[in-house]
Amino acid sequence: MADRIATVVMWGVALLITSTFAWIVGDLLVQGLPHISWDFLSSSPADAGRAGGILPILVSTLLILAVCMAVAIPLGVGTAVLLSEFGRRNQIFGRLVRYSLDVLAGVPSIVFGLFGNAFFSLYLGMGFSILSGGLTLACMVLPLLIRSTETGLRAVPDDYRRAAAALGLSVFTTLWRILLPAATPGLIAGLVLGIGRALAETAALLFTSGYVDRMPGSLLDSGRSLSIHIYDLAMNVPGGESNAYASAVVLIVLLLIINALTFRAADRWLQQRITPV
Amino acid sequence: MSRSRTDVPLLWTLRAVAALAGAITLLIVAFLILEAWPALQSPGIAHFLTDSSWFPASTAPQFNLLPMVVGTLVATLGAMLLATPLGVAAALFSRFYAPPVVATWFRRLLELLAGIPSVVYGFWGLVVLTPLIRQWAPPGQSLLAAILILSLMILPTIALLSETALRSIPRAYLQGAASLGLSRWATVIGVALPAARTGIASSILLAAGRAIGETMAVLMVAGNIVQVPDSLFAPVRTLTANIALELGYALEGHRAALFVSGLILLVLILLLVSLSRWIMREELNVTAGIEPYNEEARAPHG
Amino acid sequence: MSDACSPATDTIVKDATANDAAVSDPQNLRPWAQRQACCATYEPCLQVRDLAVYYAGKSALRNVTLDIPRGCITAIVGPSGCGKSSFLSSLNRLSDLTDGCHVSGSVRIEGQEIVGADIDLIALRRQVGMIFQKPNPFPLSIRENLAFPLKHHGMRDRQTRDAAVENVLRRVGLWEEVKDRLDAPALGLSGGQQQRLCLARALVLSPKVLLLDEPCSALDPLASAVVEDLISSLRGDYTVVIVTHNIAQARRIADNVAMFWLVEGAGTVVEHGPAANVFESPANPITAAYIAGARG
Repeated sequence: MADRIATVVMWGVALLITSTFAWIVGDLLVQGLPHISWDFLSSSPADAGRAGGILPILVSTLLILAVCMAVAIPLGVGTAVLLSEFGRRNQIFGRLVRYSLDVLAGVPSIVFGLFGNAFFSLYLGMGFSILSGGLTLACMVLPLLIRSTETGLRAVPDDYRRAAAALGLSVFTTLWRILLPAATPGLIAGLVLGIGRALAETAALLFTSGYVDRMPGSLLDSGRSLSIHIYDLAMNVPGGESNAYASAVVLIVLLLIINALTFRAADRWLQQRITPV
Repeated sequence: MSRSRTDVPLLWTLRAVAALAGAITLLIVAFLILEAWPALQSPGIAHFLTDSSWFPASTAPQFNLLPMVVGTLVATLGAMLLATPLGVAAALFSRFYAPPVVATWFRRLLELLAGIPSVVYGFWGLVVLTPLIRQWAPPGQSLLAAILILSLMILPTIALLSETALRSIPRAYLQGAASLGLSRWATVIGVALPAARTGIASSILLAAGRAIGETMAVLMVAGNIVQVPDSLFAPVRTLTANIALELGYALEGHRAALFVSGLILLVLILLLVSLSRWIMREELNVTAGIEPYNEEARAPHG
Repeated sequence: MSDACSPATDTIVKDATANDAAVSDPQNLRPWAQRQACCATYEPCLQVRDLAVYYAGKSALRNVTLDIPRGCITAIVGPSGCGKSSFLSSLNRLSDLTDGCHVSGSVRIEGQEIVGADIDLIALRRQVGMIFQKPNPFPLSIRENLAFPLKHHGMRDRQTRDAAVENVLRRVGLWEEVKDRLDAPALGLSGGQQQRLCLARALVLSPKVLLLDEPCSALDPLASAVVEDLISSLRGDYTVVIVTHNIAQARRIADNVAMFWLVEGAGTVVEHGPAANVFESPANPITAAYIAGARG
């Protein structure tokens, strides 16, 4: 009897979750899709965003993302290499870095916003700018990048390391030609996760990259991200709802594309692992 | 690989890069303290709990953060109460009840839910959920709305991580249960949940961390009135929402007070991370024995 | 470097076929005298004195003193866990990769000390090639597996590299099998082909010494025979040190044998000398029993 009740409850919960999901996504699509057109994607917002499109916002979003990744990738890969390849020789240092990254991964995004505002915008004098926002996001996605790159490197068989050593290859060559290429799947998965997280972020950008919805002229200009655009239209602009819906759909589609890439990367990773070596 | 003299700079570069990455946390803490320092000195830490209210910008500023702390804790607690059973049930469904094809699709769906940006949840809550609540008990933007949206956001986290924990239960345990002729529910209660308890517990802690730190979704649906809520339908303001709302125009003492609330958030998160590491320690020690990367595996044999 | 021992590269395949007879019939061994002619000098290439290896302070190998003659094949035999692989990996300092591993004593390669001293590991490992139990080609193309170490060690000219690649592939009898798919992934080759590629990868750097750590034990019997013949053909050109579990294999290819045994918890050499002496009239009763008892 208990068994039967449990089964019914489990299916009920699954149904509840699925229908809520369908409700949210359905609502977004029904309200948002009709407003999406080439014109919407390729024109500037007008009347505080109630009319017009999102072109400068898309550009700002991509620029923030580019700054974020340009900084996070070298830092992340370098740290992952140190932790996985030299971790044993730098044990205490490695443990400290790892603990610090664990904490970093849990820091709330609004706290990143506070930090970015105090450090990048004011202390380093970058002001409210795409640069400041991108750097703040870089701090945020760094733990994700490091973790998956490290996992990728650890999945590379030790045979390669031994073979490289026996051939007298230098550390740099071994890393550059053998280990990092073999760890690419992990790197890509981390990249895709990081991009997803950065695209979705709002709170950390409120006080770093700012609100300005004009086309940015340089990285030192303020630029409004897609997520902030949605927030602003929904909260501060009466009558901005329909464009907020449309922007939300654009953001989710962008994220879905990234998600699809994750699946593909994961599949490739799996395949590589089952290929007889 | 062989260490050559040209590799020494490389190694030092890597060390510098890792030190930089590791130093970000310190830098964050340092700048929060630096910016919060004026407020910690005067009015002093006690005022954040004993002042009569929150009027940080007036000429005789009042800095009582208690309503926001209560708002954060109550909203998080409510969301945990709602999302934990649902999330664990979803994990059990996917692992033990759903046919394989359904389980795969259900997992995908949970992953998609986990990937929806918080600002989109907040937007949906604002335009769909709060009007519904308003019809029932105005004003709609309320603690209840915040709890519902937060639950929706952390449910996928709990479900996906608990499912991973359930998946890593040794097959032998389940076979043992099956050989005893236990029913599915008895297996779940008697074997699966106890065996996966540390993984599930850490998923709940992680989700709690996300709920405490969530800003946008709560900001958009909770109403943001500074008060200790007296009912589910009363508007509340959380610590995170408070920062997001006021940092834009905050000056001097006010700004410092907001950084104090950032410090409080950071401390809460640190406690949760430490607790989760402590709970998982047992688990980590168990798996360390079979880690393929230990010393013996690297030592040449023979 | 007599012609009888190291056939010209283009006759390697024929030579391998000729040797098949010897492989299929273990009694049909090449006479000791003929083998010794190829490394008749018996001048030491490696001089090992009082070598000891520790893992995390625990002794794994001690008191190893022996000379390894130039141009000969020296087989290291003995049961599992008696430090054979540790011995091998201290000859090219690959032991450095294992944490907590400490090597003491003295190893001189052509008179140059390699233990402890501040030596150039890259130059050392260029001189001392190594092949492992499990074939470990890089996840690159067949050509790149050979060309990229060459490039790394300073061979910039592409044509010279291509010539070297072809030459060494012929040397290991792989050229005819792979010449049409040099840019295919090396991991697509069979186990035996992969192991020969690894051998080629070691040879392409023209080392003086080759260390082989049970190179045939992960291969099927046919592939194993091909690789074994290949190793035989290296006699005279390289100083080869091969660890093997397989007494029959040692009998077939070795000029010189060192018998390792576990004594008081650590491996050491109990007997070494020309293969004829060790196999025909072992001085040590342990060796005699092991050679008589070990099958396969």
